[in-house]
Amino acid sequence: MFTRVIGWIDERFPLTDTFERHLSKYPAPIGQNFWYLAGVLLVVVLVIQLISGIWLLMNYVPTAEGAFASIQYIMRDVDYGWIIRYMHTTGASMFFLLIYLHMFRGLLYGSYQKPRELLWVIGWFTYIILVAEGFTGYVLPWGQMSFWAAQVILSLVGSIPLIGEDLLTWIRGDYLISGITLSRLFAFHVVLLPLALIALVFVHIIALHEVGSNNPEGIDIKKHTDDDGVPLDSVPFFPYDVMKDIFAIGVFLIIFCFVIFFFPDGGGYLIEYINYEEANNLKTPDHIVPAWYYTPYYAMLRAITFPLGPLTAKFLGFAVMVGAMVIIAIVPWLDKSPVKSIRYKGIYSKLALFVLVISFLVLGYLGMVAPNPLRTILAQIFTATYFLYFILMPIYTKYETCKEVPERIKV
Amino acid sequence: MKHLLFILTLFLSLNINSAEGAACGEYLADANSELGECEEYQADHSDKASLQRGAKIYFNYCYGCHSLKYSRYNRMAKDLEIPENLFEEYLLFGDQKMGDLIQISMEAEDSKEWFGVSPPDLTLEASLRGEEWIYTYLISFYEDQSRPFGVNNKVYENVGMPHVLSQMQGIQQSVCKEVPLIAANGGLRQDPLSGEVVTGKKCGFLEVSERGEVSQEQFNASMRDLTNFLSYVSDPIKEEREYLGKYVILYLIIFSVLSFLLYREFKKDIH
Repeated sequence: MFTRVIGWIDERFPLTDTFERHLSKYPAPIGQNFWYLAGVLLVVVLVIQLISGIWLLMNYVPTAEGAFASIQYIMRDVDYGWIIRYMHTTGASMFFLLIYLHMFRGLLYGSYQKPRELLWVIGWFTYIILVAEGFTGYVLPWGQMSFWAAQVILSLVGSIPLIGEDLLTWIRGDYLISGITLSRLFAFHVVLLPLALIALVFVHIIALHEVGSNNPEGIDIKKHTDDDGVPLDSVPFFPYDVMKDIFAIGVFLIIFCFVIFFFPDGGGYLIEYINYEEANNLKTPDHIVPAWYYTPYYAMLRAITFPLGPLTAKFLGFAVMVGAMVIIAIVPWLDKSPVKSIRYKGIYSKLALFVLVISFLVLGYLGMVAPNPLRTILAQIFTATYFLYFILMPIYTKYETCKEVPERIKV
Repeated sequence: MKHLLFILTLFLSLNINSAEGAACGEYLADANSELGECEEYQADHSDKASLQRGAKIYFNYCYGCHSLKYSRYNRMAKDLEIPENLFEEYLLFGDQKMGDLIQISMEAEDSKEWFGVSPPDLTLEASLRGEEWIYTYLISFYEDQSRPFGVNNKVYENVGMPHVLSQMQGIQQSVCKEVPLIAANGGLRQDPLSGEVVTGKKCGFLEVSERGEVSQEQFNASMRDLTNFLSYVSDPIKEEREYLGKYVILYLIIFSVLSFLLYREFKKDIH
């Protein structure tokens, strides 16, 4: 009966074919390590966010008058509303944690190199949409930090020469952040951006399955195939990778649930304490800090303290911040190395990646704390080293001695 | 894996919690503590008796001005194990219903005129400020005739709130004391000749000058109850959440162990 139904569908839609191509028989390289788990976990988090988001939507009120109270209604009066909300707030931070690990993996093993350039760029777009999704979502609880972070970030648009102020008013829909701004950010957060996110993730996976997964050795497994064209250094996705992923999901959920049940505000990093106070446009908080996953960029924004000709420091900071995100997209064309993986690259690449990680972490820290002269100088130095990783990449990847990459993956 | 460990270590070595300014303003507990260091306090939502005593103080002293507008009477009665009929009789005022939100009748516009600022809703205050801050704040009102109500607060300088609990606590003064000085090496500073401990004048200590209805210890204990109550109100699900969490984590650990064993079995196929 089952076979007949499948057969009936297969004549009309490539069901078995699609299933085998993308799931059961997809050749996964052997030797993939810890860093390769972030991808599947990102899909898990995406599903968590979509589902918890739908349930939050059932009781959330997207107005300046009702938003804050509706969150408390969800937390107190809706049955298990607190779990749903904590899933969503924790999920947001996990999303960024995992996407940073995922991107780092790409840099570590050269997963963006030919033929995976487009895959990297699609992933980059996904990241940018996620940044926008995180920002719009952060405003919705309408707490003090929601309001003032939105105020700071949106006001950056106002620093664009000539058109800035008008553009800012147009984006806000008002002369200051108000209920009108809230409802439009809400529309983006629940409709436009999630749709874009789902579409991009889908395209990302299709692109991945076209070119195949990379591995920590950076070896092209398609060079050595058996008679059926299946790479020798691969295993079918089901059951081998599925089993590994299920185990990884289990461990991930332990961490995830530990946060939800025992540490839901994450010491003020997942839900900032100041956001327990309703938005008040007459009361500016002592220092305004965005969520932790934006703080490296925020530190870069604040690091630019000097104007340049007709351009204000604020606009330059904004430009540097945008530049820091955009430059990630062109990495496939900056890397001139003949090898993919860091394991076979030379010392310069290793050093550069190390500097990048340090820069990003230090900037993340500096973005969280109040600025002082020493911290500003540190932020300037690490902003420079962050960009140098990318700008110097064509040079140091070209003129370093790489190790020879083996033909096959050893387990 | 090496890289991961390295990054984790790096993360831990960054002191991201570095405090910006003292948490408790000008509060000075004793000669050995630093200025602005809060009193230690940890809420215990399982101590129902303490929560009930806290609720009693709240409804007698705070509720006139401060609402708890995101929480409901019946939920509170259930969580604090107060029978509904008793709650209705003693803690429910006017024509309020048990299912109502805990609102106050004072208009925000009026109170702003009276106190200079509307008394804030306190539902989320403990999450916003922290329990230790609230406890320290409650015990550090002192006489200051330069203020409109004749009192000031060590934790929240020039606060608009009068000392509502002065009936209980009495009146405190900010006083100076002769305290042992600390030497450069961290020990007590001693006179090099006589070996006696050198003292100096240090100001900002609180001392009860006029005793209220209860002793200082009893008053502090009552404030701990009140803080516990406010902590409960800001996070009423905490107890249930942590209870449930243990089982969720236990289930997930079993799930992960079994899935690991299965994964290991399959891994044997790969050569």
